[in-house]
Amino acid sequence: MGDETGAAGRPPRTRVVLGEAAARRRPPDPARAELAEGTPVGEALVKGLVRAQLALAVRLSLVVVTGLGSLPLLFAAAPAVGRIKVLGINLPWLLLGFLSFPFLVGVGWAYVRWAERNEQDFTAVIRRPEA
Amino acid sequence: MNPYVVPGLVVVVLVTVGIGAYGLRFARTTSDFLVASRSVSPSWNAAAISGEYLSAASFLGVAGLVLRYGVDVLWYPVGFAAGYLALLLFVAAPLRRSGAFTLPDFCQVRLRSPLLRRLATVFVIFIGCLYLVPQMQGAGLTFTTVTGARYEWGALLVGVVVTANVALGGMRAITFVQAFQYWLKLTALAVPVIFLVLQWQSDGRPAVTPPAGPVFSTATTVVVEQDAVLDGTVRVHAGDRLTFEPGDRVPDVSTVDDNRAASWLLPGGDASLFATYSLILATFLGTMGLPHVLVRFYTNPDGASARRTTLVVLALVGLFYLLPTLYGVLGRIYTPQLLMTGRTDAVVLLLPEAALGGGHLGQFLGALVTAGALAAFLSTSSGLLTSVAGVVFTDILHADRGGSVRDFRLATVLAAVVPMVLSIYVANMDVSRVVGLAFAVAASSFCPLLVLGIWWRGLTDIGAAAGIVIGGGAAMGAVLLTVMGPPLTGWPAQLVAQPAAWTVPLAFAVMVVGSLVTKRRVPADIGATMLRLHAPESLRL
Repeated sequence: MGDETGAAGRPPRTRVVLGEAAARRRPPDPARAELAEGTPVGEALVKGLVRAQLALAVRLSLVVVTGLGSLPLLFAAAPAVGRIKVLGINLPWLLLGFLSFPFLVGVGWAYVRWAERNEQDFTAVIRRPEA
Repeated sequence: MNPYVVPGLVVVVLVTVGIGAYGLRFARTTSDFLVASRSVSPSWNAAAISGEYLSAASFLGVAGLVLRYGVDVLWYPVGFAAGYLALLLFVAAPLRRSGAFTLPDFCQVRLRSPLLRRLATVFVIFIGCLYLVPQMQGAGLTFTTVTGARYEWGALLVGVVVTANVALGGMRAITFVQAFQYWLKLTALAVPVIFLVLQWQSDGRPAVTPPAGPVFSTATTVVVEQDAVLDGTVRVHAGDRLTFEPGDRVPDVSTVDDNRAASWLLPGGDASLFATYSLILATFLGTMGLPHVLVRFYTNPDGASARRTTLVVLALVGLFYLLPTLYGVLGRIYTPQLLMTGRTDAVVLLLPEAALGGGHLGQFLGALVTAGALAAFLSTSSGLLTSVAGVVFTDILHADRGGSVRDFRLATVLAAVVPMVLSIYVANMDVSRVVGLAFAVAASSFCPLLVLGIWWRGLTDIGAAAGIVIGGGAAMGAVLLTVMGPPLTGWPAQLVAQPAAWTVPLAFAVMVVGSLVTKRRVPADIGATMLRLHAPESLRL
């Protein structure tokens, strides 16, 4: 393509194809080729995916850090919270012994959903570039 | 002795060996042995991972700790479960896509460094042994508690059954065995707890924390095992028999460390804020660095199914951890004598008979929890042994993927002998503490390696090696100092007993700085590697 310096002696190369076939046979998945060959465009696509997945993971881990990680500080700073009773059970027992597990599963479920969506978006870009 | 216990134990061993032998019919190639030929469905795989993960520390240790220390130790089960969330968020899918089988394999795939690979091998074997020894010890102690036979026989029995099973069936058989053992463990805690709670109701809901401290619910005889002082005044000697009537207050024993005050019910008792956060860090981040946990991810067919498997594991493990807390709390009412003897780890084993009486129901449920405990030792040690054997097989025998099944069996026996011998000679090491330290070592060596390796292009082999040596080495040093060193006091004691809060940030910092300094060594094909780790398989690049 555009190799004009080396083509001084020769006539420029002309591609001769049947019109219909040319229309039908477009270059297969240019984005996929970019990925496989590791061109700057491909790199940028992968970096975008990695960044999206990492941002998702970091956001959800911040949810856990604020939800669970702040509890020891809370109990230390406000001991009265530990004495609150819900259904006859002290709040810390209820939070740590019971509610923390569904909370963790819920965060995990959200992650799996959104991570798969990120991957579908990525796949869609590769399959149908500038659709 | 309880007449149901021996048949129960025999059934567990027979079923374990039986499923192992059944699985053997399918195990033909080395690939079957190592990764079950990557053809295990997510639900089987998740049950197997959970079965493998719920060790003696979870089955017996958590309830014992709750009985002894109260609400502060609930961070152990929460952390053990949350470790799987960290694994799901940061590691599961990319690790499966890396195509690596062991942690040393991951070093090779990501950083192409044989030196780092050898270093990782050393840490896998260290963590594996650190985790295997207490399993066999726990087996020995349970054996002594239940049958009265010698400690060594229990440790040897579990060791031999596990070695035979792994060597004969490999990973494929182990998957079915461990899936079975998860459900057995869950049943063994869930069924008795229903009867225990009903009994507590019909006893008129006795208070868990009576104002004057724990009291005996039935007439109890306690045999003193070592000289001590009761309530700071009465001297007792080894061999003395003390008899208590129902309603008597449980005396304080000078040789046993526990939490008797009302603070048992409230957070912030004995544990300092530093120790709590250190424990949280170690358990949240340590799970992903345990060799037997990682090995399981290669049995998933692709990255997306690795993610779904991890989510199911999180749910199964969380479901299980609802139960031990109840045992610890009810143990406060029905087995308070354990607070005098200090054998609180036995609460799960003793509670059914103590609460429901020595009739058939109590004995049957007692045998059920004992069988569950045996399943806990068998499954965790099988998984650990498979992963350590896998590393010995590929990295020490240099058999690689072309190695024969016979080599794998040799590796299994080699990997089993050391912890078995150690567990017989170091019977006095503190079981639950050693397991916690294994988490700390894993969190300060493999966690930074995996997280940075998967998400940061700039990681270099020198940086990774420096981080593992300095961070992991510091944690290892703390472990050795805790287990063998002199007793410490004050801040140094806290820093050494719960090292994760400083060793994990140290490992991350050294890895990042080391990599930035040696920037030139970033592998040239990093783009291709990142593509492989993160791109969905459906693209078929």
